Amino acid sequence: MSILGTRVIRTEDPRLLTAGGVYVDDLREPELDGAARVTFVRSTVAHARITGIDTSEALAQPGVVAVLTVADMTDFPPPPPPTPIDPDAPPVEGPMPLGGPWSEPLLAVDKVRFVGEPVAMVLTDNRYQGEDAAELVSVDYEPLPAVVTFDDALAGQTLLFDGTDTNVSQRRDGAFDDSAFDGCDVVVEGDIVNQRVACLPMEGRAIAASWKDGKLTVWASTQNAQLSRLILTAIGLPPDAIRVVAPDVGGGFGAKIGVDREAILVAWAAKHTGRAVRWVESRSENLTAMTQGRAQRHHIKIGGTADGRIQAYRLDIVQDTGAYARMSGFLPSLTVLMAPGVYDIPSVQAGYKVVMTNATPIAAYRGAGRPEAAATIERAVDWFAAAAGLDPAVVRKVNYIKNEQFPFVTKTGAPYDTGDYEGALDKVLAAAGYEELRAEQRRRREAGEVKQIGIGLASYSEITAPDPAAGETAKVEVHDDGTATVYTGSSAHGQGHHTAYAMLVQAELGIPMDKIEVIHGDTDLIPVGVGTYGSRSLQLGGTAVHKAAIEVKEEAAAKAAQLFEASASDVQLDTEAGLWHIAGDPDKSLTWAQVAGAAEGGLIVANVHFTQERPTFPFGTQLSLAEVDTETGKVTLLRHVTADDAGTILNPILFEGQRHGGIAQGAAQALCEEILYDADGNPLTSSLADYGAITAAELPSFELVTSETPTDLNPLGAKGIGEAGTIGATPAVHNAVIDAVAHLGVRHIDMPMTPERVWTAIQEAKKASAK
Amino acid sequence: MIPPSFTYRRASSVDEALDLAAELGEDAKFLAGGHSLLPLMKLRFAAPEYLIDLGRITELSYVRDEGTYVAIGALTRHHDVNTSALLAAEIPLLAHAAGQVGDPQIRHRGTIGGSVAHADAASDLPAVLLALDATFVIRGGSGTRSVPAAEFFKGIFETALEPGELLTEIQVPKPASPNAWSFQKFTKRAIDWAIVGVAVQSDKVALVNMGHTPLRASAVEAALASGASVADAAEHAAEGTGAGSDIHASAAFREHLARVLVRRALEESRSRG
Ligand SMILES: Cc1cc2nc3c(=O)[nH]c(=O)nc-3n(C[C@H](O)[C@H](O)[C@H](O)COP(=O)(O)OP(=O)(O)OC[C@H]3O[C@@H](n4cnc5c(N)ncnc54)[C@H](O)[C@@H]3O)c2cc1C
Repeated sequence: MSILGTRVIRTEDPRLLTAGGVYVDDLREPELDGAARVTFVRSTVAHARITGIDTSEALAQPGVVAVLTVADMTDFPPPPPPTPIDPDAPPVEGPMPLGGPWSEPLLAVDKVRFVGEPVAMVLTDNRYQGEDAAELVSVDYEPLPAVVTFDDALAGQTLLFDGTDTNVSQRRDGAFDDSAFDGCDVVVEGDIVNQRVACLPMEGRAIAASWKDGKLTVWASTQNAQLSRLILTAIGLPPDAIRVVAPDVGGGFGAKIGVDREAILVAWAAKHTGRAVRWVESRSENLTAMTQGRAQRHHIKIGGTADGRIQAYRLDIVQDTGAYARMSGFLPSLTVLMAPGVYDIPSVQAGYKVVMTNATPIAAYRGAGRPEAAATIERAVDWFAAAAGLDPAVVRKVNYIKNEQFPFVTKTGAPYDTGDYEGALDKVLAAAGYEELRAEQRRRREAGEVKQIGIGLASYSEITAPDPAAGETAKVEVHDDGTATVYTGSSAHGQGHHTAYAMLVQAELGIPMDKIEVIHGDTDLIPVGVGTYGSRSLQLGGTAVHKAAIEVKEEAAAKAAQLFEASASDVQLDTEAGLWHIAGDPDKSLTWAQVAGAAEGGLIVANVHFTQERPTFPFGTQLSLAEVDTETGKVTLLRHVTADDAGTILNPILFEGQRHGGIAQGAAQALCEEILYDADGNPLTSSLADYGAITAAELPSFELVTSETPTDLNPLGAKGIGEAGTIGATPAVHNAVIDAVAHLGVRHIDMPMTPERVWTAIQEAKKASAK
Repeated sequence: MIPPSFTYRRASSVDEALDLAAELGEDAKFLAGGHSLLPLMKLRFAAPEYLIDLGRITELSYVRDEGTYVAIGALTRHHDVNTSALLAAEIPLLAHAAGQVGDPQIRHRGTIGGSVAHADAASDLPAVLLALDATFVIRGGSGTRSVPAAEFFKGIFETALEPGELLTEIQVPKPASPNAWSFQKFTKRAIDWAIVGVAVQSDKVALVNMGHTPLRASAVEAALASGASVADAAEHAAEGTGAGSDIHASAAFREHLARVLVRRALEESRSRG
């Protein structure tokens, strides 16, 4: 029996769970002996001109090695010349930072634009000295009005960047046409906010660097060493003078794709001072200066027939990108792409504006643009169903793209590969006992009980491996001792790649997993690689490993044939025993050690760079059962039932793990998490005492239903599962809570649905119905 | 997240702690479980020059039957209060409430004395001890004195403790009907401090996080005393309080919660007792 599809326990866990993990702060490499600690001096105001920086008092403190400001950055290569803004040119489309007048400095030059922006860096012998000395760096700020809300930004009365006449850094016209809604029996219109949240990996950002003999080595807590190396060339070194190593990484959730400006500064400080350095951020730094996610405001309009057929959908997005446009229009362009979700809607109109605010920059967070699309279309469908007086499950079924329509290109241009949307919904409805839940809901409503229940549905499709042409690399080696080594360009940080890839090699070569080592995240060993994000690793990185194993097998077959003095076509590999045979002669066998030993250098190697023709589109339905205490507004999640279909499942344990974490984060956005600022742009949620990260105590046990519809875009049949949880759970929980109080007249509640928000919505609905 | 530097001193007895406090003066702070003080130091909101660690003063860790009252040493951890068989039988409100503080890690470090001395209006035990009419035993250079809970909590993080004084014991009278209790702690997440909390022992009602100090809901108690129904009495829950607004709740919502939770607490305590 093949090992594929079986519940193999994660090989990573014994080490990680017994304090064997080695994160950046744990590294004791000789190159980091006596490394200085970096402490950043960060802006304490949201928007200000810097009129002076005095480092003298800090420099006089014990243990201070250096205090560096922008004035010290004279050994940097000059920045690319600013591209002048042409007000008449169409706005640029694209994922990368904008450059030009919008560009993000490394250390603040003459202005600060968010609380937490790096202004200076202090190098000390130890961390305590650093924190004390940093307090003594005196920065003179001349405060400017802060741009905090979507409307502040759009109004443009205060501009973040000199040389611009707007805070809108990018836009895409939605080609809005109201005639699409003519003839609709039911039309609903309103605002839905997808609030700013923290990415919150357990390990914050961390970088160590050493400069020796013309080579820079950087240890980074990152989702991709190779991209990090490319970013670090900003300090004026060619890629081959830089080695980036990713040790154990305690989560990333998108915020560790590549590295941030702080990492470039830390690397530069090592080269500039000649002393090894290390920076490990505190939780407060993490909550104010690591990129955050979501932060979109949507205006929607949805219309259709009285019997539930949706005819037209409009999504008008304002993306708050924070003080610097790290990903520019990339996030809302994914939201636009995924706007219609799983529905075949004749008219879809979607566009966006990206606005600058005096807040922490926004970048990818688990789902990156797609959860926002799903959250809103799923809310809109419920809104529409409620207005039409129809069961939301029925409305979904009526509008799904049908199985026979795949491959299907949506009105926004997304090429969906495979799907069985109704199948996933039916499985969830059956597992949850949908009709019984509705009956219990009716009973409680009729009895007027204080605790009401709501049933929330969310069906979603999402794009995974959104950059399939970039592909992923793998090298598989079999050695003359019968062991194998896998080098992958993807970059595990909790997902279990080491287990997954070893399973793939064992399945193909019959070498047992415990004789297979998987290596990732070292640019000296793996110069070319893309990394782990966008739910791409198994389908791209895994397929690359799978194909490399096949190539190794083919070469080994030829070698075995020579040793057997038989023809290659007569040679067979017994993948159960890991032995080579001649067909029809089971007594004669060769081990992998013998076959590899006979190869040149005692090694059989294959290198593969797998690219996929198109992205894949996993899908599913999630059902949340929420109880609302109508006297206090408190929400309790009672059940969460999901069918998340990401193609062929390699290892159910890894698959379930991704769903668990994702659902928890998705539910957290619906119920408790939000980054908040006061009117002056001061963060109000800069510690975990204030930021409402969800815990196990707030969550029910998840009921995970299996649905497996393979893709034909890669030989594993795999799509990505990393982001399904955050995409499906947020709207499922959102809809459940609103459904629980819908009979009281509540139409919508913005996230996070705190007790006060839920209670206030009930009071307002009561007032409105009393009128 | 990194505290300023300080000098650490350890006391192994009450006398030594008092001597150290007298010697080091106003720049010293007692360290019990550290779960209120250390977070403040890490955020640099507090910067004591000296910490006098009380953690090894085992003579202050006990739950003792004193006949009409239960005596609890100031260094008794929340976990030990929570699991005390004596308290479960005689004062179940206190045992239960100690089990609602933070999470298990916090309950194994934090102490009842630290919670009382810190006097955070959002903390659970100060209000519970106020409802139970506890008495706090204080030792200082000039001897020992006892302060009733009603006179102990003075203002925001301000108590009857003078600098250098040590809270040594908490004396809680045994209620006549121990089972007539309820503790309603309203939080967004299990680990959180109360947005609002209500402690009820028979007709005595105290409020968590409804002002600068833990408060007795005197208007509710007066209404009950004059024969009002539970529902009517509960309507007075926000009277005389001074709830604040923050990112977790507005003052108006806190007042609403106080009314709902007082009603629920009174109903529950009556159904139990
Ligand atoms: C994450 C987290 C969640 C929490 N959640 C809750 C919660 O839900 N409910 C709740 O009530 N509390 C909560 N707490 C606080 C916890 O209960 C603390 O343990 C308690 O408030 C303080 O006790 P301590 O022993 O840790 O005191 P310390 O932090 O050591 O001291 C607090 C203050 O009291 C002084 N002090 C301590 N002991 C004495 C004494 N014997 N005499 C005189 N002065 C003294 C100290 O000098 C200091 O000023 C939480 C704490 C954390 C970190």
